[in-house]
Amino acid sequence: MNVGIGARVKRKEDKRFITGKGKYTDDVRVENQAYAAFVRSPHAHAKVKGIDKSAALAMEGVIDVLDGGQLTGDGIGNIICGWAVTSKDGSPMNMGPWSALATDRVRYVGDAVAVVIAESQALARIAAEAVEVEYEVLPAVASAAKALAAGAPQVHDNAPGNLIFDWEIGDAAATDAALAGAAHVTEISLTNNRLSPNPMEPRSAVAIYDAAEEHYTLYTTSQNPHVARLVLSAFYNVAPEHKLRVIAPDVGGGFGSKIYIYPEEITCLWASMKTGHSVKWTGDRAEAFMTDAHGRDHVSTARIGFDANNRITGFKVDTIANFGAYMSLFSSAVPTYLYATLLSGQYDIANIHANVRAVYTNTVPVDAYRGAGRPEACYLVERIMETAARELGVDPAELRRINFIRAFPHQTPVIMNYDIGDFEANLDQAMAAADVAGFAARKAEAAGRGKLRGLGYSSYIEACGIAPSAAVGSLGAGVGLWESAEVRVNPVGTIEILTGSHSHGQGHETTFAQIVAERFGLPIENVAIVHGDTDKVQFGMGTYGSRSGAVGMSAIVKAMDKVEAKVKKIAAHVLEASEDDIVIEGGEVKVAGTDKAMGWHEVGLAAYTAHNLPPEMEPGLKESAFYDPANFTFPAGTYICEVEVDPETGTVEIVQFTASDDFGTIINPMIVEGQVHGGIAQGVGQALLEQVVYDDDAQLITGSFMDYAMPRADDLPSYNVNHASTICPNNPLGMKGCGEAGAIGSPPAVINAITDAIGNNNLAMPATPLAVWKAIQAAG
Amino acid sequence: MTEVTMTVNGRKVRRDVPDETLLSEFLRESLRLTGTHVGCDTTQCGACVVHVNGAAVKSCSALAVALDGAEVTTIEGLAPNGELHPMQKAFNDNHGLQCGFCTPGMIMTSVDMVEKAKAAGKTLTEAEIRHGLEGNICRCTGYHNIVKAVAQAAQEM
Repeated sequence: MNVGIGARVKRKEDKRFITGKGKYTDDVRVENQAYAAFVRSPHAHAKVKGIDKSAALAMEGVIDVLDGGQLTGDGIGNIICGWAVTSKDGSPMNMGPWSALATDRVRYVGDAVAVVIAESQALARIAAEAVEVEYEVLPAVASAAKALAAGAPQVHDNAPGNLIFDWEIGDAAATDAALAGAAHVTEISLTNNRLSPNPMEPRSAVAIYDAAEEHYTLYTTSQNPHVARLVLSAFYNVAPEHKLRVIAPDVGGGFGSKIYIYPEEITCLWASMKTGHSVKWTGDRAEAFMTDAHGRDHVSTARIGFDANNRITGFKVDTIANFGAYMSLFSSAVPTYLYATLLSGQYDIANIHANVRAVYTNTVPVDAYRGAGRPEACYLVERIMETAARELGVDPAELRRINFIRAFPHQTPVIMNYDIGDFEANLDQAMAAADVAGFAARKAEAAGRGKLRGLGYSSYIEACGIAPSAAVGSLGAGVGLWESAEVRVNPVGTIEILTGSHSHGQGHETTFAQIVAERFGLPIENVAIVHGDTDKVQFGMGTYGSRSGAVGMSAIVKAMDKVEAKVKKIAAHVLEASEDDIVIEGGEVKVAGTDKAMGWHEVGLAAYTAHNLPPEMEPGLKESAFYDPANFTFPAGTYICEVEVDPETGTVEIVQFTASDDFGTIINPMIVEGQVHGGIAQGVGQALLEQVVYDDDAQLITGSFMDYAMPRADDLPSYNVNHASTICPNNPLGMKGCGEAGAIGSPPAVINAITDAIGNNNLAMPATPLAVWKAIQAAG
Repeated sequence: MTEVTMTVNGRKVRRDVPDETLLSEFLRESLRLTGTHVGCDTTQCGACVVHVNGAAVKSCSALAVALDGAEVTTIEGLAPNGELHPMQKAFNDNHGLQCGFCTPGMIMTSVDMVEKAKAAGKTLTEAEIRHGLEGNICRCTGYHNIVKAVAQAAQEM
């Protein structure tokens, strides 16, 4: 059975999950375990005047109640944003202080003020209710636009007017001139709705302090345990790196929200040292809604100009991005380098200018959520293209075709250099698969049943394979974004791959094993993937930004290159042949054109017995590599959504959703299609159902699955997923990444389809039945 | 504290637990059967579904002390002899799981759905499968492959 590149291998990791044997952080139980419960602000903005712990401390089984004064007094550092963005006037971004436990002021509902450590989880929670915090309530603001208005409540003293930065990219004068001279200008104003990532596993932490060794262990729900260790050590002063082990075991989904290091993990580590107990915290869903970093929340206006031949001449964008109450780890990069740099879309646009203002509000911090900036860019570009097509009276597919970039590499005016793609191939494939030719007949048939049928396109592009370290460094990133791998060949020939990537649903234990099995002709069962433990894997940057394939697997390939070179040297020596004549095939290491061969396991054994190695060669067979990508990768494609709207109720049914993606080389189509399905579901969720709601006092209204509409099985269609690939020239496997495409590409396709159906372009996400019904009424 | 006796995955168990102990806590903490997961606090997500006296129940919404004498099957008890249940196999065959967190509840709900349909002599349609999964939230798969898995297992069960 073929298990190599391109094979639909069933997942190796499934067995433990389908039999209930997965090991997630909340499943961990250790000696001397105590439980943490956080005392959280019920107010969106308040001064903390005093904390009375006495009632809680008096409860039997309560070990301690700790507050922000104690935490900062012990030297625990403020939580930081790791990406410096500079305003257009040259001033640095205004980062306000964020202590893991608030000291004098709380800035959003859910901001942690104190922590109770008790002998049981139930008791910790009851005791947390008994901690009396005296607040002086201050005026609060939830909307970014309102936060910028004169007289708005000030979230941080060092950010006047709540402005974090006012940043721009591109040539403003040239873009203005292009728009002034355009034959047609289309304008649009839209909101990219605020979302809660909601991985099904709530965040959790188990912190263990070993006083004798002054050593900490943290089990946590992390997409990037090494990054967690780095920032916990270097910035939050919890412990030096060699005294801190971070383990991210099975993790139940992330979607970005488990990249960041939150107050709870920091506090559990510190509290484990402070109390002498191991400390466990597992958030409930209500805590997830009020503490996990939210996503999106942009308000934008845009103008796009066309010449008389319907070619784009200029594109100008103004965006306000809501950052919430504090700057989360990667927050500043999302509406800048992951957003404005993708505003060229799939189109040849000579002049682009974008201005982005980042704003504090009294809401949960906002950071990367599946797609991170790129969905916001795609939504703007693809909504304005569809709108322009309607205004110009041009078929929307044709308007895209006229403007597609067709020569590569292509330098956009907003930093990105697209390496390769064939956008028309994806459009053609999607149109054929969606039977666009038959749409008019289907629309007429639906009309006969009293239904409004609509078709919407979205031709998306994203920058993935995050990211070339020097490039992101020049843009302000505080870290490099390479990946590492180690290939350990055991004396019996089995292989362990240690990777800095982290799987929380992506299937690395299968796909990573596939590339190794193919390379050395071994059964996939002989390859084990080790990840998620800083004591096992030396370093890694983790999994986000669709980087595990293009960056993580590239590191494995580099390490395998080194293993192969050593294997060939050993075999050439033992078989008395030239190294150039050695080939590795089907689990054997052979001299080409002869019957001389060694089994793969015999080479492994030879490397470790070291009885007969070439002169000067070190024993053993273990190689490592760090891979730093030369460029971003650029997955792209076209999605076509077809909907039926019930004009009486405003209910939308997605009757067909068709995808054509270009992900470059695909290792396991089954897993890649699963990533697309899940991404589309999240995008459809954004388009039709999901919205974090705050009231005018910045109280969180959507605090549970009763209030926040998650997509369920009967809300969604089956998906028609297709691939038309170009091979990425910038990494050894030719991969581009597939994790975020669905979430990036699908929202505009859905809204373009509904607005097509109802004949009113003015429709915001989420397009609930009420919103759609109102839009139908407004259209008359 | 109240003494509770149950038969869990065919094994008789007896524990003293606080009256407010939920069945999900009883399974996870008292019996250390951590395959049953808790993904919300409002009985919405279905990650905690187990079978109580032969029917699917959200274990986060049942008190352990109210189930004295009950027969409970968790995900760990679905393959008692090590041979996968057709539903477990179908989830693997169809890539019906990614992060795995919702999977135990999905499988237990799906087994109950198919068994009820079989008992009624019905063949489940795609729409009925989707409706039957309405109480279980998955954030990873978009449900496409879960629906396929349930349809396959319905053929094999």
